Amino acid sequence: MTININFLLIPEIVLILGIIAILLISVFINKNSFKFSLYSSLILLIITSFLVLLNYQDSFINNNKLFITNLFIINFKILIIISSILVLLIMENYFQDLKINKFEIPILILFSVFGMLVMISSNNLMSMYLGIEIQSLSLYILASINRKSLKSSEAGLKYFILGALSSAFLLYGCSLIYGFTGSLNFEDIYQKMSVFNNLNIGLIFGLIFVITSLGFKISAVPFHMWAPDVYEGSPTPITAFFTTAPKIAGIALLIRFLFEPFGNFWFDWHQIIIFISIASMILGAFAAIVQDNFKRLLAYSSIGHIGYILIGVVSANDSGIKAIFIYLVIYIFMNFGIFAILLSLKNDNGYIEKISNLSGLGKSNPIVSIVLTIMLFSMAGIPPLAGFFGKFYIFIAAIESKLFVLAIIGVLSSVIAAFYYLRIIKVIYFEENKENLEITLNPNTKFVIYLSALFIILFIFFQSKILELSNFVSYNIIN
Amino acid sequence: MNNFPILSSVIFLPLLGCFVILFIRENNKNLQNNIKFAALITSIGTFVLSILLWIAFDPNFEEYQFVEKKQWIDGFNFYYHIGIDGISLFMILLCTFLTPLCILSSWNNIQKKIKEYMIAFLVLETLMIGMFSCIDLLLFYIFFESILIPMFLIIGIWGGERKIYASFKFFLYTLLGSVLMLLAVIFLYQITGTMNIEEIQSYSISKKVQYILWLAFFASFAVKIPMWPFHTWLPDAHVEAPTAGSVILAGVLLKIGGYGFIRLSLGIFPIASMFYAPLIFILSLIAIIYTSFIALAQKDIKKLIAYSSVAHMGFVTIGIFIVNQNSLEGAMIQMLSHGVVSAALFLCVGIIYDRMHTREIAFYNGLINKMPIYAFFLMIFTLASIGLPGTSGFVGEFLILLGTFKISPIIALFAASGIVLSAVYMLYLYKRIIFGIISNSKLKELFDLDIREMTILIPLTIVILWMGIYPNSFLKPMQIPLKKIINKYEIANNL
Repeated sequence: MTININFLLIPEIVLILGIIAILLISVFINKNSFKFSLYSSLILLIITSFLVLLNYQDSFINNNKLFITNLFIINFKILIIISSILVLLIMENYFQDLKINKFEIPILILFSVFGMLVMISSNNLMSMYLGIEIQSLSLYILASINRKSLKSSEAGLKYFILGALSSAFLLYGCSLIYGFTGSLNFEDIYQKMSVFNNLNIGLIFGLIFVITSLGFKISAVPFHMWAPDVYEGSPTPITAFFTTAPKIAGIALLIRFLFEPFGNFWFDWHQIIIFISIASMILGAFAAIVQDNFKRLLAYSSIGHIGYILIGVVSANDSGIKAIFIYLVIYIFMNFGIFAILLSLKNDNGYIEKISNLSGLGKSNPIVSIVLTIMLFSMAGIPPLAGFFGKFYIFIAAIESKLFVLAIIGVLSSVIAAFYYLRIIKVIYFEENKENLEITLNPNTKFVIYLSALFIILFIFFQSKILELSNFVSYNIIN
Repeated sequence: MNNFPILSSVIFLPLLGCFVILFIRENNKNLQNNIKFAALITSIGTFVLSILLWIAFDPNFEEYQFVEKKQWIDGFNFYYHIGIDGISLFMILLCTFLTPLCILSSWNNIQKKIKEYMIAFLVLETLMIGMFSCIDLLLFYIFFESILIPMFLIIGIWGGERKIYASFKFFLYTLLGSVLMLLAVIFLYQITGTMNIEEIQSYSISKKVQYILWLAFFASFAVKIPMWPFHTWLPDAHVEAPTAGSVILAGVLLKIGGYGFIRLSLGIFPIASMFYAPLIFILSLIAIIYTSFIALAQKDIKKLIAYSSVAHMGFVTIGIFIVNQNSLEGAMIQMLSHGVVSAALFLCVGIIYDRMHTREIAFYNGLINKMPIYAFFLMIFTLASIGLPGTSGFVGEFLILLGTFKISPIIALFAASGIVLSAVYMLYLYKRIIFGIISNSKLKELFDLDIREMTILIPLTIVILWMGIYPNSFLKPMQIPLKKIINKYEIANNL
């Protein structure tokens, strides 16, 4: 029995031991401790991902455990690890230039990755809470890691206060669910509730509170207020991290929470998710139009993307879960492509953040600007680029579940969203060069940029492979 | 030779050219010329290949020809499934015919980012040919919408003063129309379980569903073609686009709408097409008469031709939704003819714009004194646009009116007034810029066409006369596929 549990948690155990080791060694290194912790973190993450993959064919479903693993969880864990690897790859130059190259940064990222892994493989309300808190606390610190900047501190504080509030909601929701079912275990809750015809008021409140809290973590409207400020204030690589890994974990947990304990009560939660989804898509589309700060714009754009992903959740069918997985894979690459480019552009005042600063990029560096244009078209969902297929599979799922209104609102808001992506392309190409842009591409950033560009362009040819993967993903959830 | 994927080669040859161009550096003038020659050779090669396609095409064969089918996405019924029939054959020929002319016409007037410009055009060519040869509906949609990317960049980067406004309007308008079609495509996939256009056409879809889905397809094609209240993006896009951009826009992109109406709206939703036909007639008649008057009042030559395009496309939509052999053949010929004629007119405008850098009608007069050869060519194109017998414009309009008269003489009557109006605005334009004496001293420096410009205009003239004098070589291959669509339409509507 114990061996079984240990094997199940081996990736997490190795990860946490590795983190402690890196932390200890880094403390004693005086010079280059940032570089050391960065690269050893990368290696540690790669090792962890192999260990996660080792469990691939097995599925440990044991009802009384705090943690479980299955193909769904493994695939989402790999996504989280991939996005943290990408963020570690693109962050080096930025922190060294700003002289906040503290060795704690990679370690904090690892801690939050650890929290996410725990969070999505949890099978129990308590371990779920634990995982969420581990990841969030690390994220609060990461947001305010640039102590000298007022904005960064503000971002951290805002994130912390609102995050704490959402954690309180989560705890309260959990306690309500526990109170009305008498169990903390997902499977047990499912069993206990399967005798009910309707959810009683206590469980409905519990459900809503948990959805609220998870909605906060994935920054879905109306729980999104923190996101633009925090994304703008945090150091750019950290923003890149915020837009991907925690959201993937949040989505994975949301799916598991809604489909496992509350799997029988689609009727009760689908309206909430539909509302959140519509609100996110529309707000994401409209609010981004007026932004001039690139990071703020990406914050709103990621809110919009979450809206589309939630369509997949509401569809509650096989193709919905597949579509979410595909969407997230594509989203990771689009997002990191854009952030990697953003992190290699400087003007006289340092790293650029305003969209208007991009003017004339087309002249000074044709290749980077073509790549950025491709990313933006892909974000807007124009075929033949990958972003189109992300949305396409989502809409297939929606129409399969007869969610026509949702699908129509989805496509219409994607047209509105196309406007602000085009606006960036306009600045890049159609306007004359005003300031000089300096482009510094270090090999890691270059790798990320070209990798994501190739992924997005060539996705149309090899998507069968990713669809195959996504079949495994949906298997555990829908059955 | 039988297994050689000739259709795929036609589609992807321009893309291959792009890769070659991508690796040519553009440091100095010579290398820039290399880029232009590479693009020209690629596009001419594509044209030659497509001519081979025409020669090998069997007009009596009832099914799609040169079919290639490969599983594309596992788990879904999506195929890389291409093939052509008589309808798509000429659309493809139109693309491959116009693209080399476009590249030739931008030889000197594109100064910046030549490499990107040529790549954009070749990518555009690949996408257009691909779109016309799709049998898989999803593939069709992907090509259909991908066209927006190069076209947006062509207008936006190399366009005129208000290029940003025009390119955004073009992009968002078209995108708005086509996303609704995407949902309809997905819905069709859900109920039929296939994306194969032929199989979907043979599937009988219930009346109510047809009514709704037809509107989604209509939204997309009506913007593209464009029909009357959805046409406002067209004049802006035309005026701001570079000459070659206007040529492709008027020559091919507008035809996508008509092609979609014939292949998809009529083919998949025959009952709904009958139901909505009166709506189409009203909108088309308004387009013909209203935009003709608007064209009359224009001060900008390109804008005038743009509005005349809307009027000509009004004929096409009437011809399509009358649905008989004459009218559909007429609509096809009208589309091809308009593709060539409007391209020729835009190229003519481009020629004087390159010299004088203005398109204002009032600026020009008495060009015949300085540019007699130019005046000759413009006369042919003007008359073709009006529809003088012997030119391509006549055949199309005549067939459409013939077909329409059988169904509804009143519609034919109103539509015929469009021909008169087109004579009014086109001849008035011609008179103002060509005849008279030169009063503007700037025009005294004008010189006549050079060899490059003549090479562009001569093939266009030949095609216009060929289509006008012996239209049968174009009509023959498209008869069978059109007949199939008409039969299906009549059976579905119990006619």
